[in-house]
Amino acid sequence: MADASRPFAGLASVSVPEDTPVEGDISVPVHATSPDDDELSTLDEPVKETILRDLRAVAKKFVHVLYPKQSSELLRDWDLWGPLLLCVTLALLLQGGAAPRSGDQGGPQFAEVFIIVWFGSIVITLNSKLLGGTISFFQSLCVLGYCILPLTAAMVVCRLVLLGNLGGAGFAARLAAVAASFGWSAFASSAFLAGSQPPNRKGLAVYPVFLFYFVIGWMILTFSPAA
Amino acid sequence: MASTNDPFQFQEFEESNLLAAASESTTISIEDDIMNPKFPTGFAPSGDEDPTAEDDKAELLSGEKKSIPFWTFQYYQQFFDVDTHHVTERIVGSVLPWPGKNFIHVYLRRNPDLYGPFWICTTLVFAMAISGNISTFLVNLGKPNYKYTPEFGKVTIAATAIFSYAWLVPLAMWGFLLWRNNKIMNLVSYSFMEIVCVYGYSLSVYIPAVVLWIFPYEWLRWLSIGVALCLSGSVLIITFWPAVRDDKPRMIAAVMSAIVVLNVLLAVGCKAYFFSKAELVPPPANLSTTAVVLPHTT
Repeated sequence: MADASRPFAGLASVSVPEDTPVEGDISVPVHATSPDDDELSTLDEPVKETILRDLRAVAKKFVHVLYPKQSSELLRDWDLWGPLLLCVTLALLLQGGAAPRSGDQGGPQFAEVFIIVWFGSIVITLNSKLLGGTISFFQSLCVLGYCILPLTAAMVVCRLVLLGNLGGAGFAARLAAVAASFGWSAFASSAFLAGSQPPNRKGLAVYPVFLFYFVIGWMILTFSPAA
Repeated sequence: MASTNDPFQFQEFEESNLLAAASESTTISIEDDIMNPKFPTGFAPSGDEDPTAEDDKAELLSGEKKSIPFWTFQYYQQFFDVDTHHVTERIVGSVLPWPGKNFIHVYLRRNPDLYGPFWICTTLVFAMAISGNISTFLVNLGKPNYKYTPEFGKVTIAATAIFSYAWLVPLAMWGFLLWRNNKIMNLVSYSFMEIVCVYGYSLSVYIPAVVLWIFPYEWLRWLSIGVALCLSGSVLIITFWPAVRDDKPRMIAAVMSAIVVLNVLLAVGCKAYFFSKAELVPPPANLSTTAVVLPHTT
C-alpha cells in the first residue's frame, strides 16, 4: 500500500514496452519513407531533381482534383505552386479581349484577374475560419487554388472554340463547357472543404465557394476576342 | 488515508488522454491503489475547461459579454456565431416583414452576425453587374454596330455604392440614435452591429429584383423596384419605429423619411447606372450621320 512515506512506490509496477527507446533525442521524428535522413543532402542533388520533385507533387495534386475524393493527403502537403501556375495561365488566357470604344469598359486586365482569384480565396478562407472551421489558412488557399483547374481547362476550350468562329453553336458549346467545369470545381472543392466545418454550418461555408467559381466562370464565358 | 492536502497524492489528469492521441509518445499511467478517481473540489488543475465554459454561458445568458480586445481573432469570431438555419430564417424574415415583428427583437435576439450583411452585399454587387451586362447584351442583340464588352469596371462602382450604403448609413443612424438618446430617455437602444445587420439583411430582397431586371421591359423593372422598395423599406421602418417613437413628431417624420429616401436613391441610382434606357435611342442618329456622309463621296 502506498502512503505518504513511500511516495513513488507505485513505480515498481510500471511496465514499459521493450522496443520503446527510453533514451533518444527530442527532435520531431521524420517520415519513415524519406530516403535521406540528413536534410542537408538535398543541397547536393542536381537542380533538375529539385524541380522535378516539386512538379511531381503538383501533378499528383492535379490528379486528386480531377478525381476528387476525401483524402487527407492533399490537405497535409499543401503547396501554392499549383494555384500560382493556374492563376497566371488563366489571367494570360483572359488577355487579348475586345478593345472597347469608350476606353474603360472592357474585359478584366491581368491584375484584376489575379486580385479576384487571390483576394477571393483569402476572403473565403477567412470566412471559413471565422465560422469555426478546422482547416488551416494555407491548406484552404491550396485547395481553392487547385480547384480552378477545371475552369482553366474550360478557358482553353473556349479560346479554341472562338478561333473557329461558329456563332450560336459556338456560344452553346462554350456555355456547356463553362457550366460543366463550374460544377466540377465547386463539387471538388466542397468535397475537401465541407469536411472541416461543423455540421450545422456547412451550407454557410460552401455558398461563398459557389459564388467565387460562378464569378470566375462568368469571366471566362464573357470573354470575347478583339475583332 | 491521505488527505487532499497531501502534495504527493497522485491525481488523475485529463491531459494524459490528450497525450495518448499523439502516436509518437509513450504514455505511462501509474495505477495507485488509494488514488481518488474524482478530483478534489478544492482546485481543478486541468478539468478547468468545463467550469469556465459554464461560467461563460452564465455570463452570456445574463446579457453581459466578456470584453475581448478588438485586435484579436476571437473578437470577430463572435460575429459569425450563427448556423445555416439562423441565416435562412433571417433572410426570410427580411423578405416578408410583418407589422408586429421587429427584426432585431425577433430574429437577432442579441446575436447580430456579420456573415449575412457581408455575403448579401457581395452577392448583390455581382448580381447587379452580371444582370446589367446581360440586359445590355439582350437589348443590343440584333444591332450590327454593337460589339459586346464585359464591362468589368462597373463591378467596382457597384461595390463602392452598395458597401457604403450598408456601412455608412448604419453608422449615421447609430450616431443619430445615440444623440437622441441623450436628449430623451429611451428604453429601446440598438447596438451598431445590430443596425448593420438589419441594413444588410434588408438588402436581400433586392437580389431577386435585380435578376428580374435582365428582361428589357420597363414596366417589369419598375414593378420589381416598387415591390422591393416596399418590402425593404417596411423592414427598416418597423425596426426603427420603437426607437424613435417617443421623440418629437417632426423628428420621427424626418428620420423615417430619411431612411426611405436613402433606400430609394440606392435602388433608382443603381438601376439608372447599370440599366440605362439610352441603348434604345442611338439607331436614328447613326442613320442620319450616314445619310449626311454619302453625298460627299459622289
